[in-house]
Amino acid sequence: MLNPTRLGSLRSLSVILVLALVAACGPAASSPSPGATSTAGPGSPTTGPTEGPGGEVIFLSTQLNPVTEAEALRTVILADYPGGFAAANFVPATAAEFTDRVISEAALGEGGGQVGVLGGLHGDFSSLAAAGHLMDLSDLADELSDRGFLGSYIELGRYETDQQLFIPWMQATYIMAARAEAMEYLPEGADQNALTWQQVTEWGSNIAAAGHGQRLGFPAGDMGLWHRFFQGFGLPAFTGRVNTAFNSPEAAAMWTWLRDTWQYVNPQSTTYDFMQEPLQSGEVWVAWDHVARLRDAFVNDAEGFVAMPAPAGPQGRAFMPVVAGLAIPKSAPDVEGAMSLIRYLTQPDIAAITLREVGFFPPFEAELPADLDAGRRNMADAVVALTGASDALPALLPVGLGDQGGAYNAVFRSTFESIVIGNEDIQAVLDREAANLQTVLDTAGAACWSPDPPSEGPCQVEQ
Amino acid sequence: MRAKGLGWAPYVLLIPSLVYMAFFFAAPMLQSFGLAFQDRAGDWSTVSVTRMLNDAQFQRALLTTLTLLVLVIPIQFVLAMSMALIINARLKGSGLWLYVFALPLGVSELAAGIIWYSIFTERGWLNSVLTGLGILERPYIFLNPQEPFWLILAVVLAEAWRATAIVMIILVAGLQSIPRDYLEAADVFGATTWQKIRRVILPLLRPSLQTALILRTILAFQVFATVIAIAGRGLNVLAAEAYRWYGDLRDIHVAASYAGLILLLSVMATILYLWLLPTREEQLA
Repeated sequence: MLNPTRLGSLRSLSVILVLALVAACGPAASSPSPGATSTAGPGSPTTGPTEGPGGEVIFLSTQLNPVTEAEALRTVILADYPGGFAAANFVPATAAEFTDRVISEAALGEGGGQVGVLGGLHGDFSSLAAAGHLMDLSDLADELSDRGFLGSYIELGRYETDQQLFIPWMQATYIMAARAEAMEYLPEGADQNALTWQQVTEWGSNIAAAGHGQRLGFPAGDMGLWHRFFQGFGLPAFTGRVNTAFNSPEAAAMWTWLRDTWQYVNPQSTTYDFMQEPLQSGEVWVAWDHVARLRDAFVNDAEGFVAMPAPAGPQGRAFMPVVAGLAIPKSAPDVEGAMSLIRYLTQPDIAAITLREVGFFPPFEAELPADLDAGRRNMADAVVALTGASDALPALLPVGLGDQGGAYNAVFRSTFESIVIGNEDIQAVLDREAANLQTVLDTAGAACWSPDPPSEGPCQVEQ
Repeated sequence: MRAKGLGWAPYVLLIPSLVYMAFFFAAPMLQSFGLAFQDRAGDWSTVSVTRMLNDAQFQRALLTTLTLLVLVIPIQFVLAMSMALIINARLKGSGLWLYVFALPLGVSELAAGIIWYSIFTERGWLNSVLTGLGILERPYIFLNPQEPFWLILAVVLAEAWRATAIVMIILVAGLQSIPRDYLEAADVFGATTWQKIRRVILPLLRPSLQTALILRTILAFQVFATVIAIAGRGLNVLAAEAYRWYGDLRDIHVAASYAGLILLLSVMATILYLWLLPTREEQLA
């Protein structure tokens, strides 16, 4: 009992207060963020903006954040940059931190910020482009026109203005990868370079029937890119659209297909972030993931794995081209230094090193380097087969979501968890999540993007 | 009661610590509480708290956190008590035991989660041993979100492995402060070991038990990295929800509500322990 005398109750009160303060500082004792994620701090340890080329350029990027990729960038890709990684300080950031940082530096006016070069996905720049925080790089783009950037990527980098707001840096996409021993269980008559999603289910069922267990695998973990599956592959392949058709009968058909397929999928998929690990350990025999997250498997054992383009659904072979670009914020302190870093990163030989090290492809029309090893050649062939397929249906990464990007992805994750893991009624979940999706699109004010038909005002989810 | 002759000196010397705590703990804590009771526009409202309470994941997260707590703490206390008694018995090599038991303290929450993930995963250590011994025909998938039993068990084991040493060290310190005369007197009266533990050691250990329980419970409400490393998206806990609301959904107010809830639960648990386990000074005063 808290006793009545003053000393005793004061003591107890002070104990409570101290322990409450301990609780407040408790999180400092445990690690706050799981996995290999970004650690965007205040950037460089050196002080203030630099003057003229030769000083340090701060390179803030949402791409190549995982530890191994960031290390490859710093130690290998930037190795030949004058000054090495002491001159180009790579700072990984999540999309939200990235946006926050640029917006807050923009308030400091021209030349007042610290960040020199921005690296991000086409969708990461859209709100910054709209707010006018990015420098016009048309002169730089003209100077670099001999690189042979893909015309559609240059177009994307204009964000429908006459200014060149980013220079294409890398591209990637998502493919299927399978262990060699899985190939004998392919369904009858299936062409590995032209699979359908139904055939993937059959494939999984054949493997299970042969007594090998649930060997399909998807990156449904916390840091996995599973939401991109719905945004760029599943939904467009079954409906031909993304947001507008979220609550359509075709979408319900996709979810039914996924729920039926899940019995052949390794249940540990909700812990998988990078499919290269379970593929190599044998827990998964057939996987879908980003090329950069499958790279290790192909590089370590080229003979043991097969790369295949993404399968097709009733509406076509939907896939999501991932375009990353380099931009310079108007608040950059050292524009010459920033431009020299962009020139360096877009050099063909450096692009080849980037492909070799982190698995992201160059954004050029040119032939891929002839000296690619067998594993990477495997992946490259699958990517080429995918982008060149006659029924290819590109579905862009979300555009114009600003800081609602995470909320947008969360809708798809939530729908998946409710329908497939939680086994809830599909239509009820779709109705509920369609409302959430509409709220996100309205809050962001995002218009529809390809393959949805263009819209006036925020994209509308059809009921 | 002012100590004779020291005057105001002790209180003056306390001022730097108080200022530090006010700036770096009290002020941010109050600010964070404030954030929980604002809406996105910054006006005072309970909409963020309501949003947290109505969220589909809230009940799951709360239930999972409480389940982990209720399972982990008793296990840890029994283990820690045994470990502390072993060390206190001053057997040969007991100094070594202290280091062995305390080793997991040096492992971070996340690393501990990854280690236990690699034990429980399908091609992991446990399955390899069980199939190698012939107990299982084929590897069993423990980490299945549709079978929360094994997921929770894996997290409980990881937490027990990692954090028991915290409790043990506090209990060892408490045990060492029990005068040996009491135990010798108990021997003289013919008490068995179990009677000694029940009648002499445990009552005298109450202050340490109280401290250890409070500390461990507060940390248990914050369990996060271990759960993420082992279960990924298969299990949800309060701290993980706070992280997702801030990191993914960019709603700092709901995240602050979760943080406030964790603090509130910690304070309530502390009060409960102080009430249930009064120490002698509190009883005598």
